[in-house]
Amino acid sequence: MSVLVYTESEKGKFKKAAFEVVSYAKAIADKMGSDVTAIAINANAPESLGNYGASKVLNVSDSSLDVFNAKKYAAAIETAAKKENASVVVIGSSADSRYLAPLLAVGLEAGYVSNVVDTPSNLSPFTVKRTAFTNKAFANTEIHTDIKIVGLSNNSFGLVETGGSATVEDFSPAIPDSGVRVESVDKATDKVTIADAEVVVSGGRGLKGPENWGLIEDLAEVLGAATACSKPVSDLGWRPHSEHVGQTGKPVASNLYIAIGISGAIQHLAGINSSKVKVVINTDPEAPFFKAADYGIVGDAFEVVPKLTEKLRTFKAQNA
Amino acid sequence: MKILVCISHVPDTTSKINFTDNDSKFDTNGVQYVINPNDEFGLTRAMWFKEKQGASVDVVNVGGAETEPTLRKALAIGADAAIRVNTEATDGYAVAKQLAKVVKDGGYDLVIAGRESIDYNGGMVPGMLASMTGANFVTNCIALDIEGTNAKAVREIDGGKETVSTSLPLVIGGQKGLVEESDLRIPNMRGIMMARKKPLTVLEPVDAKAETKAVSFEKPAPKGAVKLVDADNIDELVNLLHNEAKVI
Ligand SMILES: Cc1cc2nc3c(=O)[nH]c(=O)nc-3n(C[C@H](O)[C@H](O)[C@H](O)COP(=O)(O)OP(=O)(O)OC[C@H]3O[C@@H](n4cnc5c(N)ncnc54)[C@H](O)[C@@H]3O)c2cc1C
Repeated sequence: MSVLVYTESEKGKFKKAAFEVVSYAKAIADKMGSDVTAIAINANAPESLGNYGASKVLNVSDSSLDVFNAKKYAAAIETAAKKENASVVVIGSSADSRYLAPLLAVGLEAGYVSNVVDTPSNLSPFTVKRTAFTNKAFANTEIHTDIKIVGLSNNSFGLVETGGSATVEDFSPAIPDSGVRVESVDKATDKVTIADAEVVVSGGRGLKGPENWGLIEDLAEVLGAATACSKPVSDLGWRPHSEHVGQTGKPVASNLYIAIGISGAIQHLAGINSSKVKVVINTDPEAPFFKAADYGIVGDAFEVVPKLTEKLRTFKAQNA
Repeated sequence: MKILVCISHVPDTTSKINFTDNDSKFDTNGVQYVINPNDEFGLTRAMWFKEKQGASVDVVNVGGAETEPTLRKALAIGADAAIRVNTEATDGYAVAKQLAKVVKDGGYDLVIAGRESIDYNGGMVPGMLASMTGANFVTNCIALDIEGTNAKAVREIDGGKETVSTSLPLVIGGQKGLVEESDLRIPNMRGIMMARKKPLTVLEPVDAKAETKAVSFEKPAPKGAVKLVDADNIDELVNLLHNEAKVI
């Protein structure tokens, strides 16, 4: 009756979200009066998960898992869940975790709820709160199966250090063949991704053209932020589609979202609404974004943003 | 090649979201329904396979009779035939179970679903369906080419993309990128007329019990008014973000 948590790493290094899912799993285990077992795949320092509440880490070292494969990873997690007799399996909300989750759910005959934002309000029936209607609402959702899979939304629980320690156990599950083979990966390794970012700086049509994106990139660099854009900006080809956020693009759940030259259409707001603090910079005081934002500046991005970038650079230098 | 495109019937993106019956049900009053945007990109890519590679394209929805106008719209865009499995779409698992039956009976080679639907955002139907039917599976798919039984697909990953090779039978979770926004088709008069004559088969559901249930809904707490900072006083914004919001 333990809680199993899948912890993601990138090139051996745990993602911040891995510590968050362990912290969250620990909160569930405490409610259930049970323990947390983590599964880590080709990660360095697996014992570090103890500090967030894992008592045991199943440590997989397998070069055939160096490149992510949903079917293979789902099989490893499924085997771990069965071995540990887990009644709850916690995963994160990265593209990879969302990819493997439905495969894992079928394998374990487990009910799966994604986009969960809080610890269970009730253990029987097991009830979690998730976002629905692209962040326009929450749905309190019961899971009726013996095994439950909870997909935690990034940044919704935070990190909780327990100062505990974990035992590490080598784990070599049988890995099936997969009919999907990765041929090439094209990924900027030096940039923080929208999914992982704590701060996102986003530009809209108000920036007039792709040649002006230096404004966005400079501000993002000072803040260690990911860059994003509104839908028309990606449709016009000013920025890659992967930066398109909103209802039909990527969801954003950062701590700080800065919208520059974005009007705040309902489809845009739907996707970014789970961000904790929203700042808008727009020339038009009537722009709908001002109704959704916490802080706003009515002003021209071409004047305001360079100044803000400089002020923040100074601030960061002083508070480093 | 036999293609099946899964069509989710969802509230238009501008819909006001409200609930009734003690916040236990979505209030459909005044809500316009559309083809789920992710599914529409997939349907449009399927039309390309039909026109360039001679594929047949059926569309399917699991839902009540109220979803038929959405299926007719897919027929007007160019699908050959539609199937509706006559049962309420209670959760992702139950929907995937119904679809698995349709896929097996119909002998489809390629199933294109959306990465997620914009109402419940579960993102689980295509993966569960692939697992249940033993097909290969690629989600967040932003490009797809098929030659014979071989497929090449591009998957969007966090911070980039990866190119994969795989083979039929295949289930895709599609999104923008499969085709571009400008490739989407608005049904014309002829398409709408023809759609009326195309077959729409209603199938009775198989036994499939939902595993999860949304028991109540809440709306986000109303937000306080925005704090405006003067464009000449940017220090104040830095100060607020640091001391009040504590995000920098
Ligand atoms: C089915 C559907 C799905 C959609 N999904 C999405 C989605 O996922 N994401 C999304 O973003 N949109 C989506 N949209 C589009 C959405 O409706 C809006 O059209 C879009 O968000 C507007 O983008 P924007 O704010 O960049 O541009 P605009 O609405 O043109 O706004 C530009 C803003 O910039 C301001 N501005 C101009 N000059 C300056 C300046 N010098 N300095 C500062 N501000 C300036 C203007 O005042 C204006 O408010 C969707 C639409 C539909 C129909």
